[in-house]
Amino acid sequence: MSTTPSQTVGPYLAIGLPWPDGPDVVPPDTPGRIRIHGRVFDGAGDPIGDAMIETWQADPDGKFGPGFRGFGRCPTDAEGAWEIFTLKPGRVDGEQAPHIDVSVFARGMLNRTVTRIYFADEDNAGDPVLESVPEARRATLIAQPADDGYEFDVHVQGERETVFFKV
Amino acid sequence: MTRFRDDAEVHPPMDYAGYKSTALRHPKEPLIILPHRLTEVTAPVFGEDRLREYDNDLTRGPQGEAIGQRIIVHGHVKEDDGRPVPNTLVEIWQANAGGRYRHAVDQWPSPLDPNFTGAGRTITDDKGYFRFLTIRPGAYPWRNHPNAWRPAHIHFSLFGRAFTQRLVTQMYFPDDPLFFQDPMYNSVRDERAAKRMVSAFDYESTEDHWALAYRWDIVLRGEEATPTEEPHA
Repeated sequence: MSTTPSQTVGPYLAIGLPWPDGPDVVPPDTPGRIRIHGRVFDGAGDPIGDAMIETWQADPDGKFGPGFRGFGRCPTDAEGAWEIFTLKPGRVDGEQAPHIDVSVFARGMLNRTVTRIYFADEDNAGDPVLESVPEARRATLIAQPADDGYEFDVHVQGERETVFFKV
Repeated sequence: MTRFRDDAEVHPPMDYAGYKSTALRHPKEPLIILPHRLTEVTAPVFGEDRLREYDNDLTRGPQGEAIGQRIIVHGHVKEDDGRPVPNTLVEIWQANAGGRYRHAVDQWPSPLDPNFTGAGRTITDDKGYFRFLTIRPGAYPWRNHPNAWRPAHIHFSLFGRAFTQRLVTQMYFPDDPLFFQDPMYNSVRDERAAKRMVSAFDYESTEDHWALAYRWDIVLRGEEATPTEEPHA
């Protein structure tokens, strides 16, 4: 038995996929809640206004399981902007720096693209995934501190193309 | 550590000339192999609290029934070794019977149906089974190439039990005469793989004086049978 092929989410994902609480990885009143936000750009540098970002991460102790949804989902707006509200993940497996797995879906993408968010103010040294990325490109995976959390842009293509992974 | 089988050959290329919007929306740099560690072999679990009553029945509108051919769309979510994927969220969205989406961007001259929103969701049972009642979607035109028409389809979104299994795809209907000119369908290069996106007419499951039925099984990538060494980047 072989897998069912992927197809694009198309231009109308807003009908079926956004949830009112999609960006709330944790509820609004959760202590320590941070905002991670950014924009998604195409190869011409234009914002992608019909994309959707999904995030998947460990809790602050580096664990996955009941009690922590770990999942965020946010469609982009006309400016290509998205945001999630979450707790910063802990180190995972003892060897991986805090990170969030990210899927990007959009019209014009026949399959999702996958990237990772790391944090500029964490010790990322020795992270096996970051180390597998050519040094010159690692910066595309590092979220930068912002007023209320972190900022992480995705460049699907172009000079500042984000590192994408084959999963 | 669990490792999921590589199914990259099944999926369409990200850069596909026939589908013009891919031009500026595909990465040009090589993808980096992401070994399957804990974050990749886990996935969110959603319960019945994600569902509202009748979320799996798209035919119920605020003022009455949606217009069009009523159909049952059902099947199983499985992994590639045939094992069911139970308790997983399945989300769908689609055009109405006239091929019109309830979305500001869709402005072609086909009527909206006040009783059809076109979105549904359900959770598979312990055997991986899902079932929707909906309206057969119409074909619709788009601007990819001259006289371009999308074959009738329903968008599906699935999570599975691992980040690696996340899948968004489209379900098509058997013998659609529009496949030949559709770049989405034809972006799946292996013809047998493309046919796995096509549902089967299911006379046995039709309901007399009520609804026709289509069966569609969705197969998510499974685990490697034997542990393999993690690839070195």
